[in-house]
Amino acid sequence: MNRREFTKLGLLAGAVGIGGIPLGVTRAVGQTRGGTLNTIIQPEPPILVTALNQQQPTLTLGGKIYESLLRYDFDLKPLPGLAQSWEVSPDKLTYTFKLFPNITFHDGTPLTSEDVVFSITKILMENHARARNTFSRIDKAEAPDPLTVVFTLKKPFAPFLTAFDCTTAPIVPKHIYEGTDYRKNPANAKAIGSGPFKLKEWVRGSHVHLVRHEGYYRPNEPVLDEIIYRVIPDSASRSVALEQGTVQLTQWTDVELFEVPRLSKLPNLTMTTKGYEFFAPHTWLEINNRIAPMNDKRFRQAVMYAIDRKALLNRIYFGLGKVATGPVSSKTKFYEKDVKKYDFSPEKAKALLDEMGLKPGPDGKRVTIPFLVPPYGETHQRTAEFLRQSLARVGIDLQLQGIDVAGWAEKFSNWDFSMTTTTVYQFGDPALGVSRSYVSTNIRKGILFSNTCGYSNPEVDRLFEEAAVATTDDKRQEHYSALQKIMVEEVPVAWLLEIDYPNLMDKRLKNVITTAIGVHDTFGTVSFG
Amino acid sequence: MRALALSITGSRGVAIAIAIAQWLVRFVAVVLVIATFNFVLVHAAPGDPAQVMAGQSGSADEQMLAQLRAEYGLDKPYPVQLAIYLKRIVTLDLGYSYRQQRSVLSLIAERLPATLLLTCSAFLLSLVAGVSLGTLAGVRAGKWSDTALTIISLFLYAMPVFWLGLMLVLLFSVKLDWLPAFGYVSIGVPMTPFERVVDIAAHMVLPVVSLGSVLMAIYARLMRSAIIDVAHQDFIKTARAKGLKRGQIIFRHMLRNAVLPVVTVAGMQAGTLVGGSVVIETVFAWPGLGRLTFDSVLQRDYPLMLGIFLVMSVIVIVLNFLTDTIYRIVDPRVSLRAAS
Repeated sequence: MNRREFTKLGLLAGAVGIGGIPLGVTRAVGQTRGGTLNTIIQPEPPILVTALNQQQPTLTLGGKIYESLLRYDFDLKPLPGLAQSWEVSPDKLTYTFKLFPNITFHDGTPLTSEDVVFSITKILMENHARARNTFSRIDKAEAPDPLTVVFTLKKPFAPFLTAFDCTTAPIVPKHIYEGTDYRKNPANAKAIGSGPFKLKEWVRGSHVHLVRHEGYYRPNEPVLDEIIYRVIPDSASRSVALEQGTVQLTQWTDVELFEVPRLSKLPNLTMTTKGYEFFAPHTWLEINNRIAPMNDKRFRQAVMYAIDRKALLNRIYFGLGKVATGPVSSKTKFYEKDVKKYDFSPEKAKALLDEMGLKPGPDGKRVTIPFLVPPYGETHQRTAEFLRQSLARVGIDLQLQGIDVAGWAEKFSNWDFSMTTTTVYQFGDPALGVSRSYVSTNIRKGILFSNTCGYSNPEVDRLFEEAAVATTDDKRQEHYSALQKIMVEEVPVAWLLEIDYPNLMDKRLKNVITTAIGVHDTFGTVSFG
Repeated sequence: MRALALSITGSRGVAIAIAIAQWLVRFVAVVLVIATFNFVLVHAAPGDPAQVMAGQSGSADEQMLAQLRAEYGLDKPYPVQLAIYLKRIVTLDLGYSYRQQRSVLSLIAERLPATLLLTCSAFLLSLVAGVSLGTLAGVRAGKWSDTALTIISLFLYAMPVFWLGLMLVLLFSVKLDWLPAFGYVSIGVPMTPFERVVDIAAHMVLPVVSLGSVLMAIYARLMRSAIIDVAHQDFIKTARAKGLKRGQIIFRHMLRNAVLPVVTVAGMQAGTLVGGSVVIETVFAWPGLGRLTFDSVLQRDYPLMLGIFLVMSVIVIVLNFLTDTIYRIVDPRVSLRAAS
């Protein structure tokens, strides 16, 4: 039997399963137990241990292997993960988590509160920049009994409970890592976690094969027998793989956005953009505020007016997203919609530039600005070309410069740029994913995703700081609303879009996107039919 | 290869031994120069592996960058790094890729078989098909079959190889569903060894044909002109006058003389066989060395890049030597002196 016949037989078996033959059906949940999910991992991750490497593909794949205390619903409210319940003291300083009983790692060892304390205070503190930012606020981490973890903070930090998803706080086995050089530990190749799937085989350049963890603590999970992440480096080939049924799920930028309208209409596929709420990818035109004429607020406002962001959304992003109104995504908590509006108006843009004294030369150009094109695929290239056209209409001449990832990161993080576009995740709370791009305490040369634009406003700094430590949501909202209004007026960067990445999947697949972490979740309940 | 051509009076064995020794000294010197050059070149590119990893993580801080740079040894001054690197090469240690958490040698060894399988098959296919088609076209120069073959080979030669690959996938995988579109073997399917061989062969068809057809076009064109050239030479006229059969003339006399330019070009191409084809390996998700190289460059994985470059340089030098030797076998008139 060849591969193709085998696949067809599999499809047939699947169809029979839906048809009501009880073989392999878990009656309690009505799901067809078993099956293999083929999907894509792109680009291939260097290692699978999410505590040690936080590149996008590592996190997507690692979410099946490493679980965390919490997950989040689409409104970013916490849901049980490894922790079945949690309590916050009234002074917002003490967080107590109760773990589910009978959790085991893939090597059979029980997962206890000791592993949680070790993961959070040791391995993550040393190896995870984003986790470090949150967990450095912990004063004391205790494990009074095997199922209880207590964190006491130095001072209140409002988004603390939003930092326990599997991409920020994966739990690793203490007995494997304690006292070792974490990054050189030979066990990294085995990727021992406690998630519903464990690593069976990783053929570099080809695929990562995950199989069910029989000792998983949640009844009837996982439903699937195995998940195969295939490495398919070419975007056209990835589309073909989906079209052909070789893979049944794509995520993030696996499929180029211009392919989405066509692929989502195929009879065997369905598309959803849910599952990115936690990340809330925010795309903007980064403007180096240190350099004239971009150091003038009026110039940056003119840029906002000059770009037809609705057209950008529809033409380049094929409607996958929303026009961004300010620094906070509408998907993130504490979004303020009542801010200054920048409707598309080249006239207003020209008036502002005239007012600045930036008159057009004989060739119609007022100023020439180099633009670094981010090397992250076709959509970014097209966006750059769209921006060049838009800004040319008001006399701003963008010169597009192509560059690879390393060069882009080097120039961007060392402020050796004038304009570029970037996409930054918000991680569920402005204090986790928004303030870092704008507060002056985070102007750090050489560091990506810091305040690279060089924006500095003491009032905004103060509001961000107070909002992060405020103990009620009302108070936080008040601060965040105030700072959003100030920032939208001052335009530190030109916010473009809130991106909705497409998850294209086989229609038979169920429960793929159930939380705000989307494809990073455990896939314990994912099933065919 | 002038070293080999040195004629020394005395026994032939001694001469060859001296020649080989000289060649080896030269070889080591060339490798060290190449290694130094690679090192400088690689570090001249903007950005470093720590920046790349930060860029793909969505967050970063000073501690992370310092950690990564220390791991890669990038915290030391360049001359020190270069000295460490050269010292390692002399002890035949290719180093460790922190990015992939594996030794460079094991990474290369893991990818090399897939690459060789792909490129050698394509190479053989293109040589056999190119030489036969070129000969066919050459002996029928001017006839319609020659014109047709010339047009086809020009067409294949001009076609971007990724496009040809994609078109073949669309036709044979998506439309007809005859052949798998990518990968080198079916994943997660239990197979007997025989089924596995058949499965790998099925996966090879499209990438081998795509890669082979471009090379084939080159050889066919070379072969055709060489055959036409040879056909007008005196010894062929003599052979004809002797009353030899047409087949005998073509195979015994024309082919052997006409194939030299193909050997020259094929020898040059052979070096690239080891490097693999980034384009084909990318389009067909073939887990070969070409993609590993490409990724390592994008990720600024210095140890891996340098390791691959070095291995390839060594192989190319050795292949050049082999090509010269083959010259002698194919055409005994070519002495080592002439081949240098």
